[in-house]
Amino acid sequence: MMLYLELFWSFFQIGLFSIGGGYAAMPLIQHQVVDAHPWLTMTQFADIMTIAEMTPGPIAINSATFVGIRVAGLPGAIIATLGCILPSCIIVMTLAYIYYRFRSLTIVQGALAGLRPAVVAMIASAGISLIILSFYEQRTLPKDWSDANYVSVIIFGAGLLILRKWKLNPIYVMAGAGVCGILVYSVI
Amino acid sequence: MKENTHTFRKLFWSTFKLSACTFGGGFVIIPLMRQKFVEELHWIDEQEMMDLIAIAQSSPGPIAVNAAILIGYRVAGAPGALLTVLGTVLPPLVIISLVSLFYQAFRDNAIVNMAMMGMTAGVAAVICDVVLTMGMTILKQKRVLPVLVLLTSFVAVRFLHINIILIILLCGIVGAADAFYQLHHKGGIQ
Repeated sequence: MMLYLELFWSFFQIGLFSIGGGYAAMPLIQHQVVDAHPWLTMTQFADIMTIAEMTPGPIAINSATFVGIRVAGLPGAIIATLGCILPSCIIVMTLAYIYYRFRSLTIVQGALAGLRPAVVAMIASAGISLIILSFYEQRTLPKDWSDANYVSVIIFGAGLLILRKWKLNPIYVMAGAGVCGILVYSVI
Repeated sequence: MKENTHTFRKLFWSTFKLSACTFGGGFVIIPLMRQKFVEELHWIDEQEMMDLIAIAQSSPGPIAVNAAILIGYRVAGAPGALLTVLGTVLPPLVIISLVSLFYQAFRDNAIVNMAMMGMTAGVAAVICDVVLTMGMTILKQKRVLPVLVLLTSFVAVRFLHINIILIILLCGIVGAADAFYQLHHKGGIQ
């Protein structure tokens, strides 16, 4: 019982303090499951981060499930996941209520109009990080820009063309890119 | 009542499928949610979606979960939010439970790695497409301020690594001040 409470509380804190999603949550998760509790070794933590990137779903949820199941089986996984999403549920529902209650006010509309361009800028920045990761297989730009993975460059270009020109559902583009990856890399 | 259960079912399965197919976290699921709920189902309009993304972005917790809560709440109130959260959380819960049984083999699997490399390029293309579409709606307003805000916040995020919440707050204040100015000096907002 104590263990379930500890799991819940640890992931509640991770859910509450990770803002900005994904990679921002990683140091928090590490602190809770490696340093503060003896749940994972550092190697296991690195593994779960790799797996979290390779499987669908938010990193925080993935690690909650993984740690929960290792420490206390399936009930542990469910409890850790619940802990992780509870802060979101409370805070975001409150914000949603406020947004729909007050968004018709001129000042609020102005504020919202002001932050829309910022949202586009943030997504653009995340997109550029992903392009670099995909073209150069590292997080920073190398000195020689031409030293890219051309398979990725071609898949990227073709995907973008298909999306812009024929407005294909993004899920098919992603799945197609995965299939291309298997086909091309198993030949070369 | 029949209409209701139909909406609930659609909400749940839409978020379930999106979550099951979304590799790489928050920024990938947002374009897919936009495609589904704005372009396909027409439940939410483009401007509103950007507001919801800003809220999802600046609230604590996984962005995908936050966005799911907002969309569920918008379409069907608190019960809707509960359904979309369930739809978002279930796929990773099931998949990771299975993967944890044989994770060493999964991590070292060559075919999984090849698919991953291809998909990263595909995901980058999806995000680029969304940035272009959203950027276009900003440019179409034909006003200097939004473009200026876009460029400044891009530099702030990308090169100066300034905290996202701070940027969102500042841009909100700039927008509110702009609306206030227009209201009092030009006799109304356009």
